Amino acid sequence: MSEKELGQKWDHCLADSAIKFGTGLGLGIVFSVVFFKRRTWPIVFGTGLGLGMAYSNCQNDLRSHYVLHSKVAKEQ
Amino acid sequence: MLRVCWKGAHAAARQCVCGKVKAHPLQHCRKYSTAGDSGSSAGKIVAASLLSVGGGLGGAILYAKWDPKFRANVEKSVPYSDQLFEMALGPPPPPLVLLQKKPGKIEPLQIFSLSEASKESKQPKDKAKKSDPAPVEAPAAVEEAPAPTAQTLEEASVEAAHIISAIGEVPSVPAPGTSDESPPGHTAAGEECKDHHEPELKERPAEEVTARLAQQDKAEQDALAALTAGLEESLGSTAKTTLQAIGAQEAALTAIAAHTNKLKEAMDSETPPDEKSSQWKALNEALSDRTRAMEEAEEALLKAKGELENLRGVINSAKQSKINTARPQILAAEENLHSMIVDLDKVVTKVQTAQTEAKIVSQYSELVNEAKAQFQQELANITPETQANWKGLSGKLSADDLTSLIAHAHRRIDQLNRELAEQRVREQIHIEVALEQQKLEDQKALERAVVSTLEHSREDMRLEQEKKAQEVREVMEAEMRTQLRRQAAAHTDHLRDVLKVQEQELREEAQEILNSKMMEQETHYRRLTQEQLDTFTLDMNAAYARLKGIEEAIDSHVIAEEEARKAHQLWLSVEALNYTLRSAGADFPTEPLEGAVGVIKENCAENEFAQALATAIPEESLSRGIYSEASLRARFYDIRRLARRVALIDETRNSLYQYFLSYLQSVLLFEREQVAPPAKLAPEDLDTFKLLAYANYSIERGDLELAAKFVNQLRGESQRVAQDWLKEARLTLETKQVISLLSAYANAVGLGTTQAP
Repeated sequence: MSEKELGQKWDHCLADSAIKFGTGLGLGIVFSVVFFKRRTWPIVFGTGLGLGMAYSNCQNDLRSHYVLHSKVAKEQ
Repeated sequence: MLRVCWKGAHAAARQCVCGKVKAHPLQHCRKYSTAGDSGSSAGKIVAASLLSVGGGLGGAILYAKWDPKFRANVEKSVPYSDQLFEMALGPPPPPLVLLQKKPGKIEPLQIFSLSEASKESKQPKDKAKKSDPAPVEAPAAVEEAPAPTAQTLEEASVEAAHIISAIGEVPSVPAPGTSDESPPGHTAAGEECKDHHEPELKERPAEEVTARLAQQDKAEQDALAALTAGLEESLGSTAKTTLQAIGAQEAALTAIAAHTNKLKEAMDSETPPDEKSSQWKALNEALSDRTRAMEEAEEALLKAKGELENLRGVINSAKQSKINTARPQILAAEENLHSMIVDLDKVVTKVQTAQTEAKIVSQYSELVNEAKAQFQQELANITPETQANWKGLSGKLSADDLTSLIAHAHRRIDQLNRELAEQRVREQIHIEVALEQQKLEDQKALERAVVSTLEHSREDMRLEQEKKAQEVREVMEAEMRTQLRRQAAAHTDHLRDVLKVQEQELREEAQEILNSKMMEQETHYRRLTQEQLDTFTLDMNAAYARLKGIEEAIDSHVIAEEEARKAHQLWLSVEALNYTLRSAGADFPTEPLEGAVGVIKENCAENEFAQALATAIPEESLSRGIYSEASLRARFYDIRRLARRVALIDETRNSLYQYFLSYLQSVLLFEREQVAPPAKLAPEDLDTFKLLAYANYSIERGDLELAAKFVNQLRGESQRVAQDWLKEARLTLETKQVISLLSAYANAVGLGTTQAP
């Protein structure tokens, strides 16, 4: 169903963002813990990275229909 | 809330019920009391009504008993009242007409018996007039009968009345009593009922004539029998008495003869004197016998004469009765009478002659006795000493006595001689005188004899004449009978001829009539048959035409039926298809319409239109089925919501921020959910929200098509979101359209082929 598509996209988007957020957070935490002496910025950075990636993915996902896909024509 | 109301209602009801009655325990009493009160008043009403009804019924029955007309009326009007009346009063009184008829019937019979005598003479004549001429002898006999019976009409009528009153059922006074009534009343009654009688006379048939004749004959025979019986009786008695008289006379005769003989013997002095006394005794006895016999003979004669007179009287009465058949008997009786009279007379004459002889002898004996007495007296005179009874002195007589006696005897002889001479002289005179006397006596006797013989001969002649007359009459009768027979034979011959001729004529006439009728009938029959044939051919033609018409009608009907059947099948299959459409659930589509459509395709293989339509159904619906409108409707709301949310998203704006904005817009934009779409869409109407509102309105009104149209106008993400829905809607609409077309077509075909009842 086309109407469910959007919902699915959003679910995907949310799930992805959650993952990404989590992953970012995790990595951030890891990095902050591991590499950056428990500073908050890698967490935030990681979270931000995560959210950003998620946002971008979400956006791309939602926009995918309108994006023109080009193909490189094979040389003949 | 409902329960509260219910409870409230209950309470109210209970209140109402209790309101009428003060408390529950009193409810029953009140009820009983009310029942009692109402019962008493009801009882009063019931009693009053029963009383009135009963009174009405009783009054009706009593009045019906008194007035039969009322009873008849009620019986007529009220259905079962006749049974009620019969039960109560008994059967209805019989109609009065019968009662009045009966006395009328009885009276003519009674009067008839009364007026027998007056009508006897009329009746035979009337009968003779009115009876059929066929029996010739009967009228002749009838005509004969009145003539002889005219005089003894009364007697015969009396006897006939006897018979009629005995035979008939008339409960009236016996006829002889009535006929003995005073003649005026008799004749008056006869006069009165002449009118009654005339019609009765006219109506009497021949059988009654013969019956009456038979009755008359019977009466005659009865009279005859009575007469003969009387005659015989009297004859018998007369004969007996006559015989008795004759016997007595003959006995007297013998007695006289004996007496005379004895006297003669006694006169003869030849007998010895011893026997004289016995002789004289015998003589006395004979005399007494004679006298007794004479007396007896006289008595018997008187009786015989009396009986003969009776017989004569009876014979006369018999003669007066004038019954022909009795004539020979009368004649025989007369002959008997005559012979008896003759015998009696003969015997009487014999007795008379004997008597005269006896007289002579007695005279002689007297003379002798006288002479003897005289002689004795003389002897006594002469010989006074001798006893008178000289008979016993024959031994005692002395010579003197003897001589005196002889002298006396001589003297006596002389005297006697002288007397003798005198006597001889006077003899002639005496003889003449005696002759004269004798002549006279002879004359008288002769006259008597002549008279008696004349009478006898007259009687004989009369009897002979009567006999002859009888014979002649019989001969005449026989001749007349033969003549009559001849006449009857001639008449019958004549009748036969006449009848033959008539028969011939009638036969010819009948034949003619028959022929004419036959001709008529034939022509009629021919005409009828011709008509029948014509009508028949007409009918046949008509029937044939109708048959043809019917056949054509049936053929067309068969075709129409076929069409109808096909249409029906088509319609059924379309209905089946419609039904399959209903199998759609809330979220799932219908069954695949393949089967139903396949059926349709089968059913209307030769119907191009249907085939085309059937093939026009989209593949998707066939294979997968379609969604129902309801589901589409329900889905539309989701679509709407989503479409509203992504209203701003299209190719140019499709970032997430736009999504957020679009969402914000959808949240903040307040509009009517449903807006009636205009007839024409203006470009500003192509706004998502407006479109959705129009579509919502349409779909709320059930117009999926319009909604789909509006939804089709969506652009951008909204379009993408509504894509599937639109597809489904399109599919559904297409299928539905085809199906509706098919069903309309099926209906049309069905209507077209359906025949009105």
